[in-house]
Amino acid sequence: MATKTAEPRHGSLEQLLAAKEIAISCGSGGVGKTTTAAAAATMAATHLGGKVLVLTVDPAKRLANALGLEAFGNVETQVPPSAFKEAGIEPRGELWAAMLDTKQSWDDLVRRHAPDAKTREAILANPLYQNITGKFVQSHDYIAMERLYEIHTSGKYDLIVVDTPPTRNAIDFLEAPERMADFFSSRLLRWLTAPARSRVVNFASRPFYQVADRILGSQFLEDIAEFFILFQSMYEGFVERARAVERVLSERRTTFVVVSTLEAAPVQEAEFFMSELAKRRFHLGALVLNKVLPSYLLDQEATAAANRLSADADRIAAELAATLEDGGSAGSAGKAGTADPAQVRRVLDEVAESFRNYQVVAMREAEQRAELGAAPEVVATVPFFDSDIFDLGGLARMGEQIWR
Amino acid sequence: MTPSLLDRKLIFVTGKGGVGKTTIAAALAMLGAQQGKRTLACEFDAKGNLADFFETEPTGFQPRAIQPNLHVMSMNTEESLKEYLSLQLKIPFVARLGPLARTFDFVANAAPGVKEILTVGKVAWEVRRQAYDLVVVDAVATGHIVGQLSAPDAINELVQVGLVREQTGWMRDILHDPATTGAVIVTAPEEMPVNETIELADRLTAETKVDLAAVVVNRVLPELFGRGEEEVFEQLREPERVEVLSAAIGGRAEPLLDAAQLAVTLRRTRAGHLSRLREALDPTLPLLYVPYQFTRTHGLRTTHQVAEALSAELGF
Repeated sequence: MATKTAEPRHGSLEQLLAAKEIAISCGSGGVGKTTTAAAAATMAATHLGGKVLVLTVDPAKRLANALGLEAFGNVETQVPPSAFKEAGIEPRGELWAAMLDTKQSWDDLVRRHAPDAKTREAILANPLYQNITGKFVQSHDYIAMERLYEIHTSGKYDLIVVDTPPTRNAIDFLEAPERMADFFSSRLLRWLTAPARSRVVNFASRPFYQVADRILGSQFLEDIAEFFILFQSMYEGFVERARAVERVLSERRTTFVVVSTLEAAPVQEAEFFMSELAKRRFHLGALVLNKVLPSYLLDQEATAAANRLSADADRIAAELAATLEDGGSAGSAGKAGTADPAQVRRVLDEVAESFRNYQVVAMREAEQRAELGAAPEVVATVPFFDSDIFDLGGLARMGEQIWR
Repeated sequence: MTPSLLDRKLIFVTGKGGVGKTTIAAALAMLGAQQGKRTLACEFDAKGNLADFFETEPTGFQPRAIQPNLHVMSMNTEESLKEYLSLQLKIPFVARLGPLARTFDFVANAAPGVKEILTVGKVAWEVRRQAYDLVVVDAVATGHIVGQLSAPDAINELVQVGLVREQTGWMRDILHDPATTGAVIVTAPEEMPVNETIELADRLTAETKVDLAAVVVNRVLPELFGRGEEEVFEQLREPERVEVLSAAIGGRAEPLLDAAQLAVTLRRTRAGHLSRLREALDPTLPLLYVPYQFTRTHGLRTTHQVAEALSAELGF
C-alpha cells in the first residue's frame, strides 16, 4: 500500500467516525460520493466494529457486487461475511447496505402516518399522490432525509454512512425537510382545501378560486383538495417529523463528509457546500479529494527531462534504438528484433507530450487545492486508481487511503 | 429518417453532473449561431455558469444578444410565471393580485411539477412563437430530466379541463415531435456516466415521448501509441532501458514513463467503458466524440474548440 506523505493531522476519518453516529457524504455528481461512502463504511465495520449501514441513493450495480450482494433494495441487507473473507479482511463488526427507493419510502411513510386503513388506501390511490411520489424531482431529497431519520431512530446501527441524492445544488436536500414542513403547515393548503371542507368561500379568497379554476379546471382542484384533506390527517405527524429530521442533521452526532475531485466545478460546489454547512452550523467533519493525479507530474526535474527529451529527440531515439537492437531478445518489437529509430522517436515524442499534457492538468489541480482554503481538519487524498473498484478488497484499498 | 441534430428547433442537453453538460450546450448553441440560425441558449439551473462559457455577463430571464445570432438567458420560475399569467391567461397587473402571485411562487417552489412545467413551458413557448430558429437548453442532470420532460404529460393526466390542459396540449405537441425537439445526453467515458447514460436512454424512450437525438461523449482521451509503438514503449519500461533513457536525457526518465503509463491505463479503462456504451445503445443513434481538453476546461476558447470538434463530428 502506498505510504501517506501528508503531514500528521489532528484528526483522521477513523477518529471522526468513531465519534459520530451519522456521516453524510456529499458533493457534486461524478466525484465518487457513493464509492467514498461505501469505502468509509467498510473501514468502519472493519476497524471500529459494531453495526455499520451504508445507505445509498442510486448505487451502480458494481457497488452492489463489490459489497458481495446481487442487488440491494429498500430493505437493509447484510454484506455477507464471506465477501470479507474473500478480500482477506476480518471485520470487527457488521456491514449492512440499503438503497433508497423513493416510491416505496413514500408509501411506507403514508402507511405509518395514516390514521386508518380507509384514509391510507385513499391516499395511495390518489392520482396526485402517485405523481408526486413517482415522477417529480424534489420528493427524492426529502425522502432521503426522512429515511435516514427513520433508520437512525430505529437504533439498529452504531453508524450510518449516507450517500446523498445527485442534486445539482447539493444543499437542496438540506433544505428539503424545512421545505416540506413549510408546505404542509402553510396557509396555501388551507386555501386550497377550504371549498371542499365547507362550501362557504370567504370573500377574501374568492379571486384566488376564480383564477385557479380558470387555470386548472375544477376536477384538478378537487383532486388537489382531496389529496390535501387526506394528507391533513397526517399533517401533524409530517410536520413534526420534518422538524425532527432537521434536528438530527444539526446534532453533534451527525457529521458531513464533503467529497470532491480537483476539477474546477466540483471544487466550487464543495466550497459553496462547506459555506452552507457553516451557515447552518452543521458539522463539517472531513474533506475527501478523489482521483487526484500523482505529484510527480509537478516535479520540476521531470519537466526539465521532458523538455530535453523533446529538444533532443532524434539523438535520444537513435541511441535507444541501438540499445533495443542490441537487446535483441525483444522479440515483441515486431520488426525482427530491430527497432526503427523513427518509431522510437514517435514513442518518445508521445511520452514527452503526454507528460506535459497531464502536467497542465496536475497544475490546475494543485491550484484548485490551494483555493480550497477553509478546509476542515480532516483532509484525505485518494489517488487515481488503475481500474474501477469491483470488490470489497477494492473498497478497502480506497478506504486505506482516507482512513488514518 | 431522423432529422439531423441542429435541424431541430429545441434541444435539451442533459448529462450526469461533472461530465461537461454546459460546455456541450454552449458549443451546440455557438455552432447553431455560426450556421446562421437565430439561436437562444437557455440554462435551467439558476446557479449555473453558462455565462462563463461565453465569457459574458451573468445571464438573466430576458434573453440578451451576445454575438451575432446568439442570445442567452437563464430560467427563473417566478418570472416565467408572471410572463405566463400575463401572456397566456391575459391576466393583467399580476402585481396587484399580490397574494395570488406569492401563492403561486410558493407553489412553484414547494409543490412538485409546477416548477418543471413553468421551465419546460417557457422554452416550448419560445419555439411556438417562432422567435428563434434554435433553442438549446442546458437542462437538468440525468436524475431529473425524465421528471422534467414528462411534467407536461403528468399534468395533462391530472388536469382534464381548463387552460392548463390547453397549455400542456401544445407543449406536448412541440416536445413529442422529433422533427422539432430532441434530447442530447452528454457523457464521459467513465463508469458511472456510462451507466447512467445507458439507463437514461432507456428511460427517455420508455417514460417520455421526447426523441433522443444524440449522445455526446465528452473528454475522450487521445490514443498515445499506434501499432508497434506500444511494444516499443513496453520495452522502454524495462529497468536496463530506463537507465539508458535516463542517461541519454540526463535526468530521471521514470516520472515520464510513469506518466505515459498512467495515460495509457486511463485511456484503456475509458475505452472499455466506451465500447460498453456503444454496445448498449441503439446502433442508429448518433454518437459524437469530443476530445479531452488538456489546456483549458472553461471559457470562450474551450467553447470554440468543442464547437469545432462537434462540427466535425456532425459532418459540417
